[in-house]
Amino acid sequence: MKNRFRDLPVHVVLIGLCLIWLLPTIGLLVTSLRPVQDINESGWWTIFSPPKGHEEYQSLCAPCHGDDGNAISAADLSDPEVVQNYRRSFSLISALERDINGSPHMGDLPVPDEYQAADIAYKLRTLSGIEKRTTFTLNNYIDALTGYRGKSTYREDCEAGTQSLDLYCDFRDLANPRGMGRAFINSLLVAIPSTFLPILFAAFAAYAFSWMEFKGRQWLFALLVGLQVVPLQMTLIPISRLYAQIGLNGTFLGIWLFHTGFGLPYAIYLMRNFLGSLPHEIFESAYLDGASHWTAFYKLAIPLSIPALASLAIFQFLWIWNDLLVALVFLGGQHPVMTYQIGNMVTSLGSGWHLLTAAAFISMALPLLVFFALQRYFVRGMLAGSVKG
Amino acid sequence: MPNNIPGIMKQKKFTPWMYLLPALIVMATFIAYPAFNTFYLSLRNSSNTDWATAACSAAGNCWGIFENFRYALTSTIMQTAFINNIKWIILMVSGTVALGLLIAVLADRVKYEPVAKAIIFMPMAISFVGAGVIWKFMYNFNAGDVQIGLLNSIVLTLGGNPISWLTEPQINTIALIVVGVWMWTGFCMTILAAALKNVSEEILEAARVDGANEWRVFWEIMVPQILPTITVVVTTMIINVLKIFDIVYVMTGGNYGTEVIANRMYTEMYANYNPGRASAIAVVLIAVIIPAMIFNIRRFREQEETR
Repeated sequence: MKNRFRDLPVHVVLIGLCLIWLLPTIGLLVTSLRPVQDINESGWWTIFSPPKGHEEYQSLCAPCHGDDGNAISAADLSDPEVVQNYRRSFSLISALERDINGSPHMGDLPVPDEYQAADIAYKLRTLSGIEKRTTFTLNNYIDALTGYRGKSTYREDCEAGTQSLDLYCDFRDLANPRGMGRAFINSLLVAIPSTFLPILFAAFAAYAFSWMEFKGRQWLFALLVGLQVVPLQMTLIPISRLYAQIGLNGTFLGIWLFHTGFGLPYAIYLMRNFLGSLPHEIFESAYLDGASHWTAFYKLAIPLSIPALASLAIFQFLWIWNDLLVALVFLGGQHPVMTYQIGNMVTSLGSGWHLLTAAAFISMALPLLVFFALQRYFVRGMLAGSVKG
Repeated sequence: MPNNIPGIMKQKKFTPWMYLLPALIVMATFIAYPAFNTFYLSLRNSSNTDWATAACSAAGNCWGIFENFRYALTSTIMQTAFINNIKWIILMVSGTVALGLLIAVLADRVKYEPVAKAIIFMPMAISFVGAGVIWKFMYNFNAGDVQIGLLNSIVLTLGGNPISWLTEPQINTIALIVVGVWMWTGFCMTILAAALKNVSEEILEAARVDGANEWRVFWEIMVPQILPTITVVVTTMIINVLKIFDIVYVMTGGNYGTEVIANRMYTEMYANYNPGRASAIAVVLIAVIIPAMIFNIRRFREQEETR
């Protein structure tokens, strides 16, 4: 009991920090699921408060009309045709100010002011089904994936047949160059080879550094460790000039090679540390049994270093998946990747928060999945690269 | 580096190079060549047709062949960038390390440690672009009464006036640094937590039995024991912060006085098409990073000796 009490501040601080850390991401997720009009009218945290006009309706209208609006059959508020006449606050107010059967419409209750009336009118539209807005919707995600940029939603436009010319209203829209669906594929096309190639090359080089004797081994490896801190930005200028000359700008091959070059120092460093820490008796006895270096490499070194390879692959994959700068310089708009495409998620209607938040969450989905599923390898990869010798 | 490679595994002279060659060729092309080329370009004019001296105007100051460096070191915008980078280093490194250490120590004492750590570490998994969207939304500013950004809504509730976080000078750099701290604290926390696990439990218990309070246990036993790790985290973070680009590019584009070195370099290269100046900035950047780099290599050597 005493212990628990002593630890109370610990829990308060820690849980408080965790909440602060989570809150921005929760805000993004909730916002991405709200209808576009709601996003611009109220903060995402208001989803916990009652919907607009609900309280006003409950106190001013519900006593007579009932919670569902159909208590008075002569004035059924759940009937769209009745509510159609009171879509605007002034028409609603003037109706409320009129007498009904010789007595004031509102009876003892006050006639609502303009703002209350507007909210009540909204509530009536929801009751009668004229307003189809729900608290949550997947429309933002569909719009972001298909690259829809119109004034309503992809689904509504497709049902009405008023979609823009570049949309087919079937699965082909996932490949629309303006959408996140296409960008998702492009990100995969960039990230998979760019993860595989450096790891392959690094495994060979790390084996040589660990288990082979050659001149300059020490300083060559020290040089590689040094290369890790060359800022990425420093290499962009000459390489993009080189690519312009040989026509690799805007190609997948170009970005694969660049990521391979840049991922190698870290990959070699990590792999060598892992391979070097394996007991050398294993390799010695393999060699005594007549194994060549090649056999030792692919039958011993590779299978034994699966954990290290996994850490490395996850780290490199996520690094490339999340990269903006390299994709911006070498691919640009020709093959838009996710991080690039998010920047295009703006509409003619302004901020486009509904598209931006959905697009951002689509791009975060895979990293978060990988992180939570393979957290151990992920964290190990980071640790090994930065502190362990 | 283990020198005790089994003698029996000696091989033909060229074999190691077969294993090394693919990696070395790619690295030479994509890191070594561009690094040297950047030095060369930094001494050339904006179109790479002549030495930088040609860019000198007759009237103004001139540094001759180092004309681009005059820009990189003395221009107003670059001085803003330097000052901002110093702010970033001071605030972000201290922020991430202090918070990371605090969380590591606290999480060590609770049952839900893995959950808490996962939450703090999670931002490391997402992109700067994603984080940029998340925080731009947090910082959202409207002129009217309706605030859809959480921070301004809180300010409004507390009776203050909504703040345009990302355009208000002084505040905006801090606002960007907060995003950086949010993203990188998990990194520091994880490394420091691993080091804390290695602090001997007996020493801690002995100190507690002797009547030392938790505060003294922390400062006089834990901190000294993990000091090497703290130094490493600080150096790594300084290198990271010096290269900071994405947060600034995504959130303000370096406008409103939030410029940093790496973003200026990008702007000079891809908005102003001046590779000379961009390269000079790159050289300045690497010169600032070199001390940290030397430190890292020296640390590597030390570890090799104790291996």
